[in-house]
Amino acid sequence: MLNRRTLIAAAGVALSCLAAIPAAAQETIKIGLILPMTGPFASTGRQVSAGAKTFMAMKGDTVAGKKIELVIRDDAGTADQTRRIAQELVVNDGAKVLAGFGLTPLAMAVAPVATQAKIPSVVMAAGTASITKASEYITRTSGTLPQYSLPVGTWAAANKIKKVVTLVSDYGPGIDAEKWFTKEFKAKGGEIVEAVRVPLANPDFAPFLQRVRDAKPDAVFVFLPSGAGSLFMKQFADRGLADAGIKLIATGDVTDDDILNSMGKPAIGTITGHFYATAHDSPENKAYVAAFKKANADMRPNFMSVGGFDGMALIYAALEKTKGDVTGPAFMAAVKGLSWTSPRGPVSIDPETRDIIQNIYIREVKDVNGELQNVEFQTFKDLKDPEKADAK
Amino acid sequence: MDEGQVHNKKVKALEPRRFPGDNAGQHHRSQQGLAEKIYMLTILFDGIAYGMLLFILACGLTVTLGLMNFINLAHGAFAMAGGYVTVVMMNRYGISFYWCLPAAFLVSALIGLVLERTLYQWLYQASHLDQVLFSIGIVFMAIAATDYFMGGQQQLINLPPELSGRMDVFGVGVGRYRLFTIVVCAALALALQLILSKTRFGSRLRAAVDDRRVAMGLGINVPLVFALTFAFGSGLAGLGGAMGAEILGLDPNFPLKFMIYFLIVVSVGGTSTVSGPFLAALLLGIADVAGKYYVPAIGPFVIYALMIVMLIVRPNGLFSRGGR
Repeated sequence: MLNRRTLIAAAGVALSCLAAIPAAAQETIKIGLILPMTGPFASTGRQVSAGAKTFMAMKGDTVAGKKIELVIRDDAGTADQTRRIAQELVVNDGAKVLAGFGLTPLAMAVAPVATQAKIPSVVMAAGTASITKASEYITRTSGTLPQYSLPVGTWAAANKIKKVVTLVSDYGPGIDAEKWFTKEFKAKGGEIVEAVRVPLANPDFAPFLQRVRDAKPDAVFVFLPSGAGSLFMKQFADRGLADAGIKLIATGDVTDDDILNSMGKPAIGTITGHFYATAHDSPENKAYVAAFKKANADMRPNFMSVGGFDGMALIYAALEKTKGDVTGPAFMAAVKGLSWTSPRGPVSIDPETRDIIQNIYIREVKDVNGELQNVEFQTFKDLKDPEKADAK
Repeated sequence: MDEGQVHNKKVKALEPRRFPGDNAGQHHRSQQGLAEKIYMLTILFDGIAYGMLLFILACGLTVTLGLMNFINLAHGAFAMAGGYVTVVMMNRYGISFYWCLPAAFLVSALIGLVLERTLYQWLYQASHLDQVLFSIGIVFMAIAATDYFMGGQQQLINLPPELSGRMDVFGVGVGRYRLFTIVVCAALALALQLILSKTRFGSRLRAAVDDRRVAMGLGINVPLVFALTFAFGSGLAGLGGAMGAEILGLDPNFPLKFMIYFLIVVSVGGTSTVSGPFLAALLLGIADVAGKYYVPAIGPFVIYALMIVMLIVRPNGLFSRGGR
């Protein structure tokens, strides 16, 4: 017992020493990037970190006279680890900004740390709407599920689709997607014939697809995390749903650019709504894709990577505005209302919710010079997260 | 009048499944009944294909667990190896899918043989806990290694055209690839049963399992028999992994994701026969698919509920020779 007390006391002394050091040596700012680099969501971590590194390679590692250092840590996609790593980064490593967070529960786990330590936290991938409500110090550069599910509903209702079956993964983001697509589609006069929820760890889609087929809708609206999405796509084609006249509409997670090309022919013609496509036509994006591919052995940047890239863009822009002041309240005040041109198009941070405002594009999968691409054909400009906008 | 309506409504609510596409009244009742039967047959077919796949994946585990009394939780890692062999051969070198299947078998069997000789054989006499810890360690190493070399993303293969899509057999939609799976797996199950019960190798194996010392005394080369058996079981898993890549998907977490399914098949089916796990796998496949189709809200629980019931009713497996 006595031992433990001594330890705690020692830790306390060590802490206060640590707290004193940065004031003297405020030359480098450490950014703790917590991502699932191993485990089932490793591809998220790989894309986000590659995006963040690409930003630093393009824009240099100093901003407002401070040197930026990226500390990447692996949480393997488990929330308790994310939280422990966040604490270690803040307490032991002196990280001033936290970023990353591949999945909703991981971002949620960090919220209390962000609030207590007043550490700005930039969500680069997780997509459930409520995350930014969990702490005043959380902001986001990916997007929210409601934000890019709703326009798919608008598009479907305007394009002669009357009856839809929704099929989503049975967890936070899936339910967000189902809710907002349904709401918009019904408001525009569409009918939802059936709502199917698929367990997250689901080996075979056969029974669910058969259910969709037998319900005979005009289209099926799908949200699945990207790996499962590609498997779904193959089975969708194999079961002859397309031949039965059922259109596939989805959020962009399903036609993830990272693996889209290996899905082959069945993917062609899929309509999705999302905030970023590798094929997005703008000079910023061309420069980004070229730099990204060069640094990552020709890997295609997907929407997660652009979340990482813009997360760094946000941190740099905020630091410039505060002239290098990285303390929580000052940093967050600078973040609110920031706007810049991202590879995905114009984006800004909503001053009220700290969530991102961006264009959502409706895209169709097409064969472009022998490569499958999400080709954008319609734009919904400057969308806020509808869930938080609705709450007011 | 009112009462009649209420009654009608009740009947409607009690119907197990509505067909929203068929507006009530537009279709004749018998037609609806027919449609329902066809849907049922399709589900049954999908369930059988899924069950067959589970059997091929798990039957190697039956052999190591039941015959060699070794708890090999790393079984899924061999299946994954087979899957990745197929992916690499097809996507990098463009080799035909049909050649990939035997290759997946051979490579996994070879890996199994090497690991058996170098690692596993030292643990035959160890306690079950040691075996579990050892093999789960292998699983994590396999996951990390695969992630390092192949990346964490989902791997996709493109089947030859004659195996993709589906055809109509008397109105029942039949996936070509699923049909192929059923045929191959059924043939393998039959062959396995024959090898174990009719061949000399089969009797040697059973003898070696029943009493290792006596078998050795009779001049049976027990280590060789075990090594070959282990390799064969691993090879089957590899074949299952190759065939399952299309239906179950393939990523580095494959061994962990499917470990539970393997264990369910083996525990429900029992380990003393081949037919036990075979029927168990079929039952689980059909129950899983049908459960998810008819009652999607609780679909994922169906097979676990089934497992619990089976284990209570027949704790030693479907076809056990009674308690020990």
